[in-house]
Amino acid sequence: MSRKPADTAKWTVLNAVVVAYALVPVLWIVSLSFKTSAGLSDGRFIPAEWTLANYAAIFQTGEFLRALANSIGIALIATTIAVVLGAMAAYAIARLDFPGKRALVGVSLLIAMFPQVSLVSPLFEVERTLGLFDTWPGLVLPYTTFSLPLAIYTLSAFFREIPWQLEEAATMDGATPGQAFRKVIAPLAAPGVFTTAILVFIFCWNDFLFAISLTSTEASRTVPVALQFFTGDSQFEDPTGTIAAAAVVITVPIVLFVLLFQRRIVSGLTSGAVKE
Amino acid sequence: MSAVDEAKRAERRLGWALCAPAALVMLAVTGWPILHAVWLSFQRYDLKYPDQREFVGLENYLTVLSNQYWWTAFGTTLLIVATQLVIEFVLGMALALIMHRAVIGRGLVRTASLIPYGIVTVVAAFSWRYAWTPDTGYLANLFAADGAPLTERGSALAIIVLAEVWKTTPFMALLLMTGLALVSEDLLEAAQIDGASRWQRFTKVMLPVMKPAILVAVLFRTLDAFRVFDNIVVLTDGAQDTSSVSVLAYNNLIKGLNLGIGSTMSVLIFLAVALIAFLFVKLFGAAAPGADEDGGRR
Repeated sequence: MSRKPADTAKWTVLNAVVVAYALVPVLWIVSLSFKTSAGLSDGRFIPAEWTLANYAAIFQTGEFLRALANSIGIALIATTIAVVLGAMAAYAIARLDFPGKRALVGVSLLIAMFPQVSLVSPLFEVERTLGLFDTWPGLVLPYTTFSLPLAIYTLSAFFREIPWQLEEAATMDGATPGQAFRKVIAPLAAPGVFTTAILVFIFCWNDFLFAISLTSTEASRTVPVALQFFTGDSQFEDPTGTIAAAAVVITVPIVLFVLLFQRRIVSGLTSGAVKE
Repeated sequence: MSAVDEAKRAERRLGWALCAPAALVMLAVTGWPILHAVWLSFQRYDLKYPDQREFVGLENYLTVLSNQYWWTAFGTTLLIVATQLVIEFVLGMALALIMHRAVIGRGLVRTASLIPYGIVTVVAAFSWRYAWTPDTGYLANLFAADGAPLTERGSALAIIVLAEVWKTTPFMALLLMTGLALVSEDLLEAAQIDGASRWQRFTKVMLPVMKPAILVAVLFRTLDAFRVFDNIVVLTDGAQDTSSVSVLAYNNLIKGLNLGIGSTMSVLIFLAVALIAFLFVKLFGAAAPGADEDGGRR
């Protein structure tokens, strides 16, 4: 198929519009993070003068590093638990026949739609009583719960695609069931598990509501919440530049995930949300 | 007992064993707390005056439901949901068509459109906040010189909707794109030969075929939009009557430490969401997610 120049031009314009739409707010916060404190109020989209001072400032304070460690730790733990529990359930849903399967699928769908704010007051009370308030487990629990539906849907969609006859074929050829699983099925399932882990991680990384309601100190405050509490070095200093720098730091991993695993993320999102 | 039965029972046991941990976590962290919220909502329970805790029946519900702040927040939430959905559907459809039809730069467009989905909502909200802040922002003087759009209700709400739309349109577009994949080219060509215009092909051929995907997308987005929280807290912190129900419930609980009223709002929000979901399933029946025959079967 030969492309007409008009077509090329049309697509170039459309692509440019979409890319600009997606990137302008991101570039703006990046630009703010490189502005000098004098340049912050010039209202220009591109800094007149570039500086790394804002980045130096956030990495010098314990506050940001602590929040970053909390974000990474809590999101990784919640992702691991959700993917392991989700994979077990998804395997059962994709492969086994047992009563109650539909009920489980229904319940996880309900949880995906659950208004999370409805849990904030009971969890606040329960976690205070149990001593989980303002701790890592206090956030890991709700994150795991709300990412389980996503994990179960996405993984069972992936698992359904795996040609499980290969496993039988391997055992016929003399492999033990363990070997068959490790050598044949696990490599086939790995991309799906990995994709799910990225989606769940993004979900946990993003949370604000639970993080702001169920934490009260630096002990477990995550970066999205810490940004709200940032102040400048002195009362008279505007924290805009440091907030922007911190915002960029937590955006970088997500942008990298998206750039590296774009295709998988799309298939994971769509297969999880709409069953085909 | 035959070996077949034994195998079947073993399969059931394995199925239950594998699903149990996930099911238990989900029930323990959502099912039980929501019941606890109902119980708390029947009590006067303010952490500032813990000794005054007592059972008051429906009094909290009367307090909340006769309070103008609640209804303002409820109205604001519905306004945000409705405006957001309309804009997002139109933009999402356009984006889905572009991604579906793109011959050049398909990967680029898909990658770019995933970025808003992945960005931390709070980060995006800060970006918008600074963009509309006088002096700092490149957009502040867009409509009026010396304007401070975030300090007026109308423009602040518009910015909240804009921030939400920016963030979630790509997700809408992805869901709609799976629907577009169901539309057969033959059908479109046949319609074209029969003289259907571009618009007729879109409304008479594509939309009906895409209906299930559209309903799933709209239901998910409605419920999600109803929970709007992050953007409002960062952009206005609920000033000038821009609180959503989530922001109001959060403020009563965490800032006011009033567990009784906070829980009452939690229960009311839960009921509102349940009602929305119920209406969708009732009105659109089989098209609702999970209601399809294949739901979870092998």
